[in-house]
Amino acid sequence: MNFPAELKYSRSHEWVQDNGDGTFTIGITDFAQDALGDLVFANLPEEGDAVTAEEAFGDVESVKAVSDVMSPVTGEVVAINEEILDAPESINEDPYGAWFIKVANVTDTEELLDAEAYEAFCATEA
Amino acid sequence: MELKTPLYDTHVKYNGKIVPFGGFLLPVQYEAGVIKEHMAVRTACGLFDVSHMGEVTVKGPDALKNLNHIMTNEFSDMADGDARYSPMANENGGTVDDLIVYKKAENDYLVVVNAANTDKDFAWMCDHKIGDCEMENISASMGQLALQGPLAQKTLEKIADPADIPEGYYTANFNGKVAGMDCIISRTGYTGEDGFELYMAAEDAPAMWEAVLEAGEEFGILPCGLGARDTLRLEAAMPLYGHEMNEESSPRYARLGIFIKKDKEEFVGKEALMAQLPLQKRGIGLKVTGRGIIREHCDLYDGDKLVGQTTSGTHSPYFKESIALAIVDAEYKEPGTKLYADVRGRRIEAEIVKLPFYKREK
Repeated sequence: MNFPAELKYSRSHEWVQDNGDGTFTIGITDFAQDALGDLVFANLPEEGDAVTAEEAFGDVESVKAVSDVMSPVTGEVVAINEEILDAPESINEDPYGAWFIKVANVTDTEELLDAEAYEAFCATEA
Repeated sequence: MELKTPLYDTHVKYNGKIVPFGGFLLPVQYEAGVIKEHMAVRTACGLFDVSHMGEVTVKGPDALKNLNHIMTNEFSDMADGDARYSPMANENGGTVDDLIVYKKAENDYLVVVNAANTDKDFAWMCDHKIGDCEMENISASMGQLALQGPLAQKTLEKIADPADIPEGYYTANFNGKVAGMDCIISRTGYTGEDGFELYMAAEDAPAMWEAVLEAGEEFGILPCGLGARDTLRLEAAMPLYGHEMNEESSPRYARLGIFIKKDKEEFVGKEALMAQLPLQKRGIGLKVTGRGIIREHCDLYDGDKLVGQTTSGTHSPYFKESIALAIVDAEYKEPGTKLYADVRGRRIEAEIVKLPFYKREK
């Protein structure tokens, strides 16, 4: 399983990338996509929507189940990845490439884990 | 406590994702995942552990009389080796279970029931027993595998004498051998494909599993979990107990009316089942035309009018679209009729389609 060192991670299995320009990119982790199985549908917010740390901003559906995707930050959605709407399987194939949303004007961030701590956290969830 | 089937260690060995189901710990999928497992069964073949299913023997001079009394179908014309599907109804016209009856020989039948209902069904059957008949719950001593798909026959022929393989759908050979082990070979299944259900002594189940997988390797066989079992049966519009039917809901709403034989003089639930006609509600199929997936227990609307609820729903791996089964007011039956499903506060458009969603080419 893959845990890129440059990312930060939430305990609800999202990854966050600080783009250095005031925006943050958010997706779900390798652990999450593996646990969910074949993803067949993703539901995203719209640009301009507000997201709140530790609250759901969208969901993903596998063949068997639906699962909320939580925002690790409070802010405003400035971009969504429309490619995952058409090809949700790309989340399984490349969880760190198939991002969900980009958020700006971030006013709050939940306590995030680094790659090492997140990998250890996943080991307790498996 | 969750029970383990005789194949539990095998599932772990094959990296099955284990979940509790019907009182048993079973794999929801293996490494290939639900979609690949599903498509293996549609295009090649797949192997399922269904050892959790319950088995009850019904024997004695009044065995047939009991089956005709306790179940809604007619069993009088069965030949040795025949299998027959039937609902089992309660006095209120609800469904106790759906099951398969096998006739092994005169006065000697085997009834196969849903795992979670085994104890309830056995008690129900014993409570409604009439005359000279013995019933025994032999579930714990039996293993069951389902080998399903267009290449199931070719796979089985490699490890069984072709003369032992029953030709007719819904027939079985009680004296078969697979990979040298005694086995009931039944041409039945729950996937909409040709295939077999194999019943063997519980202790032989792991060795038979390995033998079937090895035989099927050249045909692309995959071990399949409960996830694919559910999507396959749903595409074939086969009802699942606890979803399309339950103690409160009629087998008629699960589209099982043809298995309720009004010409039988009497059977448990007959009066209530007959009083349900003409139907006030009916089971239908829906294809999602909007965006999203409709699952079970979604309310269905015609405009603002609540007209029913979904009983099962999933993403169909074969059609690559979302499908659902539902019970709605009887007037909603015409294919093309638009309904709206409430999915976690969102309205998703769907239309009524003919069932089954999937039918194999013969």
